[in-house]
Amino acid sequence: MSFDVDVAVRRGEGRIAARFVTGPGATVLFGPSGVGKTTILQMVAGLVRPESGHVRVGGETLFDATARIDVRPEHRRIGYVFQEPRLFPHRRVAANLRYGMGRGGGDWDGIIAMLGIGHLLDRWPRSLSGGEARRVAIGRALLSDPRVLLLDEPLSSLDRARRGDILDALVAVRDRSGIPILMVTHDPEEAERIATAIVRL
Amino acid sequence: MILSAEEWGIVRLSLLIGGTAMLVTLPIAFVLAWALARGRFPGRVLLDGIVHLPLVVPPVVTGWALLLAFGPAGPVGRWLADWFGVSVLFRWTGAAIAAAVMALPLVVRAIRLSIEAVDPRLEQAARTLGAGRARVFATITLPLCAPGILAGMVLGFARSIGEFGATITFVSNVPGETATLPLAIYSALQRPGGEDMVWRLASVSVALSLVALVASEWLARRMGRGLHVL
Repeated sequence: MSFDVDVAVRRGEGRIAARFVTGPGATVLFGPSGVGKTTILQMVAGLVRPESGHVRVGGETLFDATARIDVRPEHRRIGYVFQEPRLFPHRRVAANLRYGMGRGGGDWDGIIAMLGIGHLLDRWPRSLSGGEARRVAIGRALLSDPRVLLLDEPLSSLDRARRGDILDALVAVRDRSGIPILMVTHDPEEAERIATAIVRL
Repeated sequence: MILSAEEWGIVRLSLLIGGTAMLVTLPIAFVLAWALARGRFPGRVLLDGIVHLPLVVPPVVTGWALLLAFGPAGPVGRWLADWFGVSVLFRWTGAAIAAAVMALPLVVRAIRLSIEAVDPRLEQAARTLGAGRARVFATITLPLCAPGILAGMVLGFARSIGEFGATITFVSNVPGETATLPLAIYSALQRPGGEDMVWRLASVSVALSLVALVASEWLARRMGRGLHVL
């Protein structure tokens, strides 16, 4: 049991709710734009507080409305790759990658080789292409030694060739790191390639 | 251009008062700017208005208000006298307080803009990477708004050096103590044969202001380009 999620929150007129339990591998949250997929990831990461329900990851309770448990985002050990890379503009690529490494370290050489970002380490984020920035963002999340990985539309706004690259990298992450993945997408082809299980919203 | 020893003294005093005013203003301005940029509390609009008051109220009124607060019978003045046995009236410290209050709105404005320009999504990303609030502030927020803070300080420094109305009302025009560049220029204008001194001191004022403005603009533009100074 990797993710055990049951959350609900009001957003304007509507209500965003989801309930699912997943096994190991990659679980894809699949559905059209605007159903609140990003909000669900934010609730899992602790960036948005659900109004009810619970979030359990790897058997540990991170949020429980009735038991009044709400672990802070920095203590959840959840690697989050956002829809935009969100690299820190005032730090070089190497410093971005190292930002979350405090505890334990992580497999620096292995992760950098797997993502093919070794030649980017001295660059500033603003000089990276979309695909490069995306790979650095994935590396930064992996190096923070997370117990699970959240991916929010990791292939959006990339051209076809780049999408293939990142998709290969994600499949490698899924198979080699053994870290459970929760990924959001609205692209059926993407969902097909990476998913061990699919949750339809 | 050769300045006399007296004129150098005036320049030095102005720089001392401007620099002290900025050191006093910085922490206060940062807390106010933070509250106005990020705070959600009742009375925020009112606080915003109060902070901006010195920009629009006649400086003489601000000086008079300071006199009420820091005078021997005023709440702050009595406290200073009882606890430290000091008074800021007719002293350069008083001139620095007047300059700080008059520069505060400009400094708060600049810092507030720079805080609002920091993308909160970067701070969220830092938190998912294991950084607590304090580390996020020190490693993400502060470095990203540092150029704006510096630009505000430089602008406020220039404003401090030009302060006239509140200073002369609050601490009077005492040569060597509260007579900064504008006050000394004013005195020289009243004196027969003082024109040469006016020319020299006015030139120094213009030069200092110009350097400060250019520096402030340069820092602000660095920030706009996403560069940084730390």
